[in-house]
Amino acid sequence: MADEKKMMKVTIDNITIEVEPGTSILNAARQIGGEVTPPAMCYYSKLKGSGGKCRTCLVEVAAGSTADPRPMPKLVASCRTNVMDGMVVKNITSEKVIDARKGVVEFLLINHPLDCPICDQAGECSLQDLGYSHGSDDTRYEFPRRTFEKENIGPYIQLHMTRCILCYRCTYVADQLTNERVHGVLDRGDHSEISTYISKAIDNDFSGNMIDVCPVGALTDKTFRFKNRVWFLKPLDAHRDCPTCCGKVTLWNRGDEVYRVTARKDQWGEVEEWICNTCRFEKKNTSDWIIEGPTKVNRHSVISQGHYVGLKMPPETLKRVMDGRDPRILMEIHDVSGVNKPEIHLSELPGPAHSHDFLEKDVTRAEEYPGHVPQTLADVDAKTDSR
Amino acid sequence: MEALTNRVKVMERKPMTFVEKIYLWNIMKGMMITLKHFFKKKATIKYPEQKRPFSPVWRGLQILNRDEEGRERCTACGLCAVACPAEAITMEAAEREPGEENLYREEKYAAKYEINMLRCIFCGLCEEACPKDAIYLSETFTPSNYTRESFIYNKSDLLIPDPKTDPQGFAKARGNRAKKEEV
Repeated sequence: MADEKKMMKVTIDNITIEVEPGTSILNAARQIGGEVTPPAMCYYSKLKGSGGKCRTCLVEVAAGSTADPRPMPKLVASCRTNVMDGMVVKNITSEKVIDARKGVVEFLLINHPLDCPICDQAGECSLQDLGYSHGSDDTRYEFPRRTFEKENIGPYIQLHMTRCILCYRCTYVADQLTNERVHGVLDRGDHSEISTYISKAIDNDFSGNMIDVCPVGALTDKTFRFKNRVWFLKPLDAHRDCPTCCGKVTLWNRGDEVYRVTARKDQWGEVEEWICNTCRFEKKNTSDWIIEGPTKVNRHSVISQGHYVGLKMPPETLKRVMDGRDPRILMEIHDVSGVNKPEIHLSELPGPAHSHDFLEKDVTRAEEYPGHVPQTLADVDAKTDSR
Repeated sequence: MEALTNRVKVMERKPMTFVEKIYLWNIMKGMMITLKHFFKKKATIKYPEQKRPFSPVWRGLQILNRDEEGRERCTACGLCAVACPAEAITMEAAEREPGEENLYREEKYAAKYEINMLRCIFCGLCEEACPKDAIYLSETFTPSNYTRESFIYNKSDLLIPDPKTDPQGFAKARGNRAKKEEV
């Protein structure tokens, strides 16, 4: 009987669950799952010591424990507060929590630039999801947002300090995964920024995992920069024999081109197993990988748009009707389209594409196809006015 | 089977009388209708000499907008393409280099932007999705043509005239319903 642990009974949003002592409220809520789980921007279960910084996981404790059923006076950060036996926690059922979380999101967004249309994290950004589900759709902030001088932190990782929400996850990665920490948080308060010490390049073997743990677009993959939007890519589970890491990754493909390699993420958006920089940045050929199949994407994620899962195509009848002849193709789109040219391999570029990477200049339809009717309203008017 | 509604009329099929058989009265009735139309307002106009005004909510040919300095507004965020129910829009993005600041408004821009006008259904969702006021549906239509290839519109077809070199063309292409300039 001695090794049998006493289980703690905790009620979160009227759902009771028994968890081991020492579990945080957030992890207890994650065991229940669904809407009960508070969002977390800084807590990362795989990184020791993370959490307690962003305050998005605030919950109300209506009763401390069976022994002391008084409510806690203030909202508590659920990632840093451990459960007690008989604790009653209110998350989405508490108006105070909803209101406080809205305030936290507003604070996080005060200095966060609204450059989602440019940001490569868009579509898989925790702050975007959080702002969408908890924030207000307007800002009350009237002052100039904090900006930083651009800093180059090596050939693989792109740092956008303006987007950083100071969750410290990346510094924990640097601390715990790589043997030499060259990257941390400088300065204090409003001025604090993540940086590499004296612009020393991050060349540790596992430094690329900072990209995956970053909840916003502050640290993004430079080899994927501006290449494509995540929701136009196909995520595929793949693996390879890697001497340094587990080699289990998600490939983000467009056609047969590997645009990006990331670690696999679980339902909380956390990396399942860390991957090394070789796998992440240097293996950009389909032939490097053994593909297991398409990654399951949550139906509500924008990444799942346009992925027609379980589509039943009707059998092709045209060929049968036409006595076995193939139908004549009236237009091959790749002959006409300037997008996705087979001779331009965007995935092989080390960084973002530039104007000189697109060989052909666009030719207007009027030049290419004479007899093309003038197209703008101005042209049409000019033609008719002269009559 | 019992009738579902009471609107069924039972037709009488009696043989026609002699007066009915010569159809004189019915022809007269028909001719009267034709005659009436001589004095009515014509439903058609002589296009292209005369043109109907476009409705203020008309959704016509897409235009890629520029800002007041003539820089392209589009940042290739892909929201128009993701909103497009017909999947007509495709694009490829590139990073702005030093020296190109007068061409593109933001750090990232659409190096290639294409709309397949054969696919486009002119629903206007791209305009609604655009966070940068970069694409909108103008008050004109896609011109007809003989080849399919000519309906794959690229950036040079879609871009609005530069307001610096061609302010008149810019104003005309913008039309009356373009959103007011940001303050």
